[in-house]
Amino acid sequence: MSKNMIISGLVIFVIAVLSPFWAQAVFGDKHVVPKPELVGKAATAKKCVLDKYDMRANHMSLLDEWRDSVVRDADRRYDAVNGHSFGMSLSTGEDSCLGCHEDKAKFCDSCHVYTSVNPYCWECHTNPKEIE
Amino acid sequence: MNQKYLIPLITVFVLFLAAYVGVEGAKLEWFFGIVVPYVSLIAFLVFFVLKVLGWAKSAVPFKIPTTCGQQKSLPWIKQNKIDNPDTTGGVVIRMLLEIFLFRSLFRNTKAAFARNDKNRLSYSWEIFLWVGALAFHYAFLTVLLRHMRFFMTPVPSCIKWLEWADGIVQLGLPGLFLSGVVLLAAALFLLARRLFDQKVNYISLASDYFPLFLIIAIAGTGIAMRYFTKVDIVGIKSFTMGLITLHPVPPEGVGGLFYAHVFLVSVLFAYFPASKLMHMGGIFLSPTRNMANDTRAQRHINPWNYDVDTHTYEHYEDHFRDKMIEAGLPVDKKE
Ligand code: HEC
Ligand code: HEC
Ligand code: HEC
Ligand code: HEM
Repeated sequence: MSKNMIISGLVIFVIAVLSPFWAQAVFGDKHVVPKPELVGKAATAKKCVLDKYDMRANHMSLLDEWRDSVVRDADRRYDAVNGHSFGMSLSTGEDSCLGCHEDKAKFCDSCHVYTSVNPYCWECHTNPKEIE
Repeated sequence: MNQKYLIPLITVFVLFLAAYVGVEGAKLEWFFGIVVPYVSLIAFLVFFVLKVLGWAKSAVPFKIPTTCGQQKSLPWIKQNKIDNPDTTGGVVIRMLLEIFLFRSLFRNTKAAFARNDKNRLSYSWEIFLWVGALAFHYAFLTVLLRHMRFFMTPVPSCIKWLEWADGIVQLGLPGLFLSGVVLLAAALFLLARRLFDQKVNYISLASDYFPLFLIIAIAGTGIAMRYFTKVDIVGIKSFTMGLITLHPVPPEGVGGLFYAHVFLVSVLFAYFPASKLMHMGGIFLSPTRNMANDTRAQRHINPWNYDVDTHTYEHYEDHFRDKMIEAGLPVDKKE
């Protein structure tokens, strides 16, 4: 292989490795960390189902647990460690996720779009706000 | 017990603990989160380029293509245009197949004695190394590309398609990504091969085990974070985006496991140019694969050739003509 070919290969390699840096500078949006907004009842409620950090990191596992509990064991109440009781549901009832976090777009989606998470739940489940 | 794998294993443990304790105990987030990744990236690029430039400088005295098929010959003998190419086009196809499908590994054979009283030595096709290697490399690539969601805002749609395809089994929440599991399983298989196959074990060195243990530890910590201990992904992305936009701020409350993951990744990349992992660059430069078998059509000049003082027959005769005629030897030119 000729030197020129090797050097062009290396240049392409370095550009490719650094692609996140220049791609972000050229094509990226200005970087803002999303602040999920507590809208509706969540704004007045003091407590989520788990601690705040736990909810941030672990709400998908909680939802998995809820789903199994409802679908497999027909148990729809969840007694949280913080003393409150919740209806185990994505969107039905005041004490469900979307019943309290009323604005899905400003809450759930703000994080999910940022981190490229696309929960397939909404293929079947609905956001009550969208039906009205 | 054998120090060839024990030392690398302990080293990886110590590296893991260093980052974990360094962050959880000594609060060195800025060091493990900011200094180490940048230094590692710079070291990776600089030493990678230097290594390849060093290779580019070395001479190729002979054309040594491996020839796994009929070479170009008489018109009525069918040439194998890919396995024994005589044109650049053929070489390009051969290289692409090598790089994307590991074709020469596919031909891997093993030698073994028959397990009966004849005890005959026979060679058989050994495909599992190829399967394991292919699974490992593609899983690694997929995981690496999927990680781009931490380094770009907005996340490009090609990365989202990859996530969709990788998460197609929709098992559990957060959804299972196949590539992470395949990566860990394939790396463990490649390790088991080195540990339990006596012939491979015999030729395995610490530098073969170290990258394997590192990658296993990286995949292990990553999988632990995603499926078991859980981390604040939004916090992490705000940190990785800070690294990308050169305004890094260590995230709060993310925990030692994340820093251990990043530290092991940094060690892997910094170590890369000094290790056998450089086969990533080397595959492009392997002379047995990237040269056309056209030595009979085109002269390959050895760059080591210097101007040899030749003494042709004409010269020789000029020198000794008188003496040759005197001795009655035949000469080409009488004068
Ligand atoms: C009764 C109202 C209520 C319900 C029901 C509820 N939340 Fe919350 N959620 C809150 C409040 C209030 C906070 C803010 C907690 C805080 O700041 O300590 C919160 C915080 C969160 C956070 C962290 C946001 C951040 O900024 O870090 C997530 C994620 C979350 N909730 C998801 C869910 C999910 C998923 C469900 C359903 C399983 C759910 N919530 C059910 C009231 C609720
Ligand atoms: C194929 C359609 C489908 C998909 C996709 C789906 N679900 Fe469900 N889910 C159901 C059905 C049907 C029920 C039962 C409803 C009931 O009994 O109230 C249910 C019930 C639940 C429940 C308890 C009841 C309630 O009102 O919410 C939870 C929690 C839940 N699913 C979570 C999820 C999550 C989280 C996802 C996405 C990761 C998801 N589901 C995706 C069909 C689906
Ligand atoms: C603080 C940011 C944040 C908020 C607010 C948030 N999520 Fe998430 N969610 C995430 C992140 C990050 C993931 C991906 C975790 C991972 O990849 O390990 C995720 C994953 C999920 C998943 C699993 C998706 C999958 O396919 O793996 C579901 C389901 C989900 N979120 C539901 C919700 C719902 C419902 C709400 C609103 C009530 C919500 N989330 C609010 C950050 C958030
Ligand atoms: C500095 C670079 C890196 C950072 C910041 C990083 C960060 C992370 C984070 C935050 C997770 C958890 C993902 C989640 O919960 O969804 C994760 C998972 C994972 N990481 Fe990394 N990582 C890096 C590089 C790597 C590399 C080079 C590899 C090796 C291929 C790797 C392998 C994995 C694996 C296998 C997982 C498991 C989950 C999955 O399959 O995506 N990581 N990483």
